[in-house]
Amino acid sequence: MKNQQTLFYSKFIGSHDYQQPTTHESKLKTEMNIIPSQSIAPKVSINDLNFYYNGCQALKSINMNILERKITAFIGPSGCGKSTLLRTFNRMYQLYPSQEARGEIMMDGMNILDKKQDINMLRAKVGMVFQKPTPFPMSIFDNVAFGVKLYESLNRNELEERVEWALQKAALWEEVKDKLNQSGISLSGGQQQRLCIARTIAVKPEVVLLDEPTSALDPISTARIEDLIFTLKEDYTIVIVTHNMQQAARVSDYTAYMYLGELIEFSDTDTIFTKPKQKATEDYISGKFG
Amino acid sequence: MIPIYTRRRIVNAINLTFSILAMVFGLFWLFWILFTLFEKGLGGISIAIFTQMTPAPGSTGGLLNAIVGSLAMVTLATLIGTPVGIMAGTYLAEYGQRGWLAPVTRFINDILLSAPSIVIGLFVYTVYVAKMGHFSGWAGALALSLIVIPVVVRTTEDMLRLIPDSLREAAAALGAPQWKIVTLVTWRASRVGIMTGVLLAIARISGETAPLLFTALNNQFWNADMNQPMANLPVVIFQFAMSPYENWQELAWTGALLITLSVLGLNIAARFFLRKQALVN
Amino acid sequence: MSKIHFAAKLKRQLLFDWIFHKVTWFFTFVVFALLAALIGSLLIGSMPAIKAFGFDFLFSADWNPVTEKFGALVPIVGTLITSIIALSIGIPVSFGIALFLTELSPPWLRRPLGTAIELLAGIPSIIYGMWGLFVFAPLFAQYIQPWLQDTLGQVPGISFLFEGSFMGIGMLTAGIILAIMVIPFIAAVMRDVFEIVPPMLKESAYAFGATTWEVIWYVVLPYTKIGVVGAIMLGLGRALGETMAVTFVIGNAHQLHASLFMPGNSIASALANEFTEADGELYTSALIELGLILFFITFVVLAFSKILLVQLKKREGTAT
Repeated sequence: MKNQQTLFYSKFIGSHDYQQPTTHESKLKTEMNIIPSQSIAPKVSINDLNFYYNGCQALKSINMNILERKITAFIGPSGCGKSTLLRTFNRMYQLYPSQEARGEIMMDGMNILDKKQDINMLRAKVGMVFQKPTPFPMSIFDNVAFGVKLYESLNRNELEERVEWALQKAALWEEVKDKLNQSGISLSGGQQQRLCIARTIAVKPEVVLLDEPTSALDPISTARIEDLIFTLKEDYTIVIVTHNMQQAARVSDYTAYMYLGELIEFSDTDTIFTKPKQKATEDYISGKFG
Repeated sequence: MIPIYTRRRIVNAINLTFSILAMVFGLFWLFWILFTLFEKGLGGISIAIFTQMTPAPGSTGGLLNAIVGSLAMVTLATLIGTPVGIMAGTYLAEYGQRGWLAPVTRFINDILLSAPSIVIGLFVYTVYVAKMGHFSGWAGALALSLIVIPVVVRTTEDMLRLIPDSLREAAAALGAPQWKIVTLVTWRASRVGIMTGVLLAIARISGETAPLLFTALNNQFWNADMNQPMANLPVVIFQFAMSPYENWQELAWTGALLITLSVLGLNIAARFFLRKQALVN
Repeated sequence: MSKIHFAAKLKRQLLFDWIFHKVTWFFTFVVFALLAALIGSLLIGSMPAIKAFGFDFLFSADWNPVTEKFGALVPIVGTLITSIIALSIGIPVSFGIALFLTELSPPWLRRPLGTAIELLAGIPSIIYGMWGLFVFAPLFAQYIQPWLQDTLGQVPGISFLFEGSFMGIGMLTAGIILAIMVIPFIAAVMRDVFEIVPPMLKESAYAFGATTWEVIWYVVLPYTKIGVVGAIMLGLGRALGETMAVTFVIGNAHQLHASLFMPGNSIASALANEFTEADGELYTSALIELGLILFFITFVVLAFSKILLVQLKKREGTAT
């Protein structure tokens, strides 16, 4: 199944000008807030998603499409629901019995909110990186191999290859290749976060969720992670939550502005940052609010 | 991919089932022991238990002297141990950042907290009973107080540390001297928590048997003289339960029920106060 | 005038401060001195026995008050064996309970179940002993012991552990009762230790689609291993020094047997049974030396546990 997927990708990678009409078309769609492009099938399609937390409604009727191999950013003030929305994509909220999502999130033709959807298989397809680096208490090698071993039975050589591949992808290989047996905790903060990204892509997920991945890092590490995210979109559909507007402007193709659990505006990043349609978005972007 | 996943799911299911069974296993003993206590002890509860002395084998009687003896020694032990514990705990929390005594004592205190209680009894025997030449209620109270002290030290320090420094600073900014800050501000703010520690200590010593064996010993008769061997519930239970006489064994079960109910009651009360303290902070 | 008055007041406050500091210092010193006095008095008390038997005391199985020949081997072995049995049952069960309380239990059940386990820890040890002797031992002799002999007793290599008649009391019974006693202690500390794992770390393992068990086994346990060992050591400290629960069921026989069905003795129960009846200086002194040995063993175990738990706390402060 994985191989088919890659084949499917490579078909698209061939046609480079393919992206052009999408952005172009979305610029024309002035009223359409929800869906930047309807011309291609979205990777994730959210329909009327509501989220409840201890009886409070944290997300209000969200509709949006996440496009394949694009970077979509969620911005908005703290508590606007952007992380909550992200955490519905891998049903992370399900760890907490008081949280509940209703509605539809379609991915590859299946509603991932459906109770019948196997949660572990879903999470194998949807990787996630958190606000702070969370290296597991094991060696660097085992950190990267952790997810792989859960799903694939590779022999030692294949596993080593996969680990190297993932660390290369995450631009960490050169720094750690001589100390793969050291604890992941021994790395610096920025290295730890890249390790977490390597660990996530080692599983070859289809979607990568980034929940404020640089909020605990210094500017230099942040820049490296941003470069990395940018290169990753060649292979993965990326959704990033950030409270740093410049970051959204720098890395993302599409940006969604959220406020108080509602999706206020969703469009390609240029439009959001240069000529937003909503007054609220403009106020937030220009720093009048938030 | 699929066989791995199936295996993982099976391993998960087995281990989580084991975890549930472990929980059931733990609760099973609690309920079984409580059930036994009620089954064998409830029938013996009567006015006589609280009004008559421990009997000779074969005759009727109660546990009055043992109950009174236990109450007396527990009370005394609490009165001796609490002030020492609170003062030492206060030192550890308020002055414990410098000097050699605080870290060493903190360490020692934690060891005393879990030290075998029979060794405490042995200690009091060698320094007190052996010197005086006879067992006594005082020796029993002393041994119990040595168990009270580490419990109170620990909770006092923990509770005082929960008080935010801003409160101390606010008092200091008003020009209050340190001893007034401690006695009027931090002790007050954490008094419920400190009381919890005392309650837990009382619960702990109420059921302690080992340290009383060679200190208070036992006394079959009424005795209000702390200088004489003194009857107490745990040792009476021990002797009566190990005896071949049926009426003694019955009394032992009744005593066991009384002691368990009071210890568990104290524990629950302590928990209640602790929650109250948590709300205050 | 008022200035002088103020200065005097200030001076008095400083004096009170000094007194308060010294008074609390004194009581802290009392706690410190207690340990020194405890060790000192036990040492002095056991001097006659140490002089009479020297190191042989540790390795001799003699225990004869008439000829005044004493050795600590039987109670030391009994103490260790019962504690090992207790831990080998107690560790997996406590781990299961801690796992249930932190990961599996519905939130509304978490507190009542946690409290129930802590209450189990609150039951006085003499109750465990009585219950063990009068309720557990007869059932054990009737059902469990024959079954053990028929199953584990047939396994070559370990069959000698399950030989002998079914008396109900003995080393195995004592070990099982001890296990029931230490389970709540170990489980409660393990639960507290598991709870310090940052939720984000667990979430990132769950984000890979790891099962609850995999999160516990590969992430929570390695993260908390120091604390888990500390919890186990704490339980071991309890088991080694437990008196009443063991005294009722161990059988109190100064004999060495390979079979766990046979009665034995532990240090604490030897003290509980014999100390008040011991006549003669050497007999008493030998018992006090037993107490000293017990204190030494538990001191080492508890100190080790304490150091491990402090280290885990330190890491909690620095880790994410």
